[in-house]
Amino acid sequence: MSQSNDRVFWPGNEIIVEAALRAGCTFFGGYPITPSSEIAAHMALRLPQIGGTFIQMEDEIAAMGAVIGASLAGAKSLTATSGPGLSLKQENIGFAMMAEVPCVIVDAQRGGPSTGLPTAPAQSDIMQARWGTHGDHSVIALTPTYPRELYIETIRAFHLAELYRTPVYVMLDEIMAHTTESFRIPSADECGIIKPRSEYTEARVNSWRPFNDYFQGQHLHITGLSHTAEGFPTTNPAIVHKSILHLVNKIVNAQPQIERNAEYLLDDADIAVITFGSPGRAAREAVLAARANGIKVGIFRPITYWPFPVQTVRDLVDRVKAVVVPELNLGMLALQVEKSAMRPEVRIHPVNETGGIAIEPERILAAIEEAQRGI
Amino acid sequence: MGFDYSPWLRPEMMPNIWCPGCGVGIIVKAFIRAMSACGWNRDDTAFVSGIGCTSRAPGYVNMNTLHTTHGRALTFATGIKLAAPDKNVAVISGDGDAAAIGGNHLIHTCRRNIDITLVIVNNGIYGMTGGQYSPTSLPETRAATSPYGNLDRAFDLCELSKAAGATYVARGHVGNAIFLERLIKGGLEHKGFAVIEVMANCHTQYGRRNKHPDPAELIQFIGSRAVSVSQWSKLAPEERGDKFPVGVLHKDTTVPEYTETYKVVQARARERLKAES
Ligand SMILES: Cc1ncc(C[n+]2csc(CCOP(=O)(O)OP(=O)(O)O)c2C)c(N)n1
Repeated sequence: MSQSNDRVFWPGNEIIVEAALRAGCTFFGGYPITPSSEIAAHMALRLPQIGGTFIQMEDEIAAMGAVIGASLAGAKSLTATSGPGLSLKQENIGFAMMAEVPCVIVDAQRGGPSTGLPTAPAQSDIMQARWGTHGDHSVIALTPTYPRELYIETIRAFHLAELYRTPVYVMLDEIMAHTTESFRIPSADECGIIKPRSEYTEARVNSWRPFNDYFQGQHLHITGLSHTAEGFPTTNPAIVHKSILHLVNKIVNAQPQIERNAEYLLDDADIAVITFGSPGRAAREAVLAARANGIKVGIFRPITYWPFPVQTVRDLVDRVKAVVVPELNLGMLALQVEKSAMRPEVRIHPVNETGGIAIEPERILAAIEEAQRGI
Repeated sequence: MGFDYSPWLRPEMMPNIWCPGCGVGIIVKAFIRAMSACGWNRDDTAFVSGIGCTSRAPGYVNMNTLHTTHGRALTFATGIKLAAPDKNVAVISGDGDAAAIGGNHLIHTCRRNIDITLVIVNNGIYGMTGGQYSPTSLPETRAATSPYGNLDRAFDLCELSKAAGATYVARGHVGNAIFLERLIKGGLEHKGFAVIEVMANCHTQYGRRNKHPDPAELIQFIGSRAVSVSQWSKLAPEERGDKFPVGVLHKDTTVPEYTETYKVVQARARERLKAES
């Protein structure tokens, strides 16, 4: 690994690989799909250098299965995909949730539904990350914006996966996947906790089934069927209900510890721009331009998108007079903000784009100015 | 002295879900005896399945067991084997699991020649979901979804596996457990991907609809159609009818095994890294 004060010049997809390796990832299973493909290609290059294993499977379902299998055999494991591939992975992602198998899923979002816009950015998988697999469940999804954030959040995704014994999503979009820029590799302190799985003894309480990997003499049974705390299938309603509550609550109850947001110039703000991922960058330019015109506006970005920071957003909306929500979909974040906010008089000004292009700062600025006029 | 199954089973999981007379128990026992005969240590073995009646087997066997999603067992098994190449990985699947929803994974696992042994319990029907036709149901089979007779042609799973690149392919049947144990043992010992198809009875879902409701009779009927590989080659096509060859149908020890080959990739990667730095 390079020195912590090294500056590097990497595209987002390469950042993910290097961060994953730093987090201790030793297995990648994937299937090529734009705009995530470079993650697989770079993993194919890097993993065998460190004694890890890369495999290109026959489809995304298989890739997800292999990732779960490798994780059960003790390897910190990663897969990466985009839109259609994420749809295919969903059943096995649900298995990983049910069977409590730590792993990380990167989704470089592109336009959908279906094949949609393979080479263009979107943020329209964010609800699929939350609800894509069937059955009641909770999920952790991280939505960084800047290269350093992407690096740090990829590492944190591995930590959260181990700690909560669950798949964790890192959601980016085509712009972040392919934008190459210079940044300083975060120091060990900035990266947060990195440790081998064997040292995650505190994760024991988060595991409903018997904790551990295979080949440790424990003869675990691991199943996607509803199961007892011993890991064996059951249809006992009380036990099943308790197990589902465990799966959901281990994440819901940890929301305050998992929550991470970025705030910018919000202290005196009348208007909050609430956004995530790459539109956060355009929002910054727009906010600076609006501030130059005397508008008091700031930015709130959930970096932990799921579980959603409901209370924090509620408090924020309480403090401001209007909200602008730019996003590369038709209002998935706006819906979440609306659900979190308790004050109907606070107007939400959406800025939506589904045409496969970035949201320009000018559009966000116009929405800020409109919001200002409405105050 | 008979074989002592007790360390290999999970008595707390009994009774099992299978219908009385189901042949899958015979097959699981043959599997266990074969593992034992190969000296497989339960701590170092993963036993993986998909979804279906057959796929419930790992739950009853006392080792590292994994009951995955329908059709995907081989993908999970591949991940385990890649992450732990020195461990033993075995898979058990129904015919629908292995060859319908899991057909793509089956052919690609064959192609990779990874050191995993797959036993396919071919009862020619979807047992668990109530007797719908499967890709191995013979033409004219009456099934829940073919009340007028099945119009599909059946896969020959052994020919399919061989063509896709499996390096050990064998077929046995539920009526000859000793022979079956030997075939599975051959697969476990083989360094590469091994497929053992077991012609099996589902008297409940298949038999009742197709004039074989009695398990013992159906097992005998299946056995009566089995022909040894050597005899099979002497049969004229019109003599073959609904018969099938049993024994080791294909074995190739010249093809490199996948995890061994990956070690070469790792060595190359390290060399290139050294040269560049
Ligand atoms: C994705 C998915 N589709 C369908 C099913 C329903 N299902 C359960 S078992 C099964 C087929 C079982 O037949 P087979 O694989 O031949 O095994 P058997 O029960 O006969 O041993 C099906 C279709 C499922 N569990 N998951």
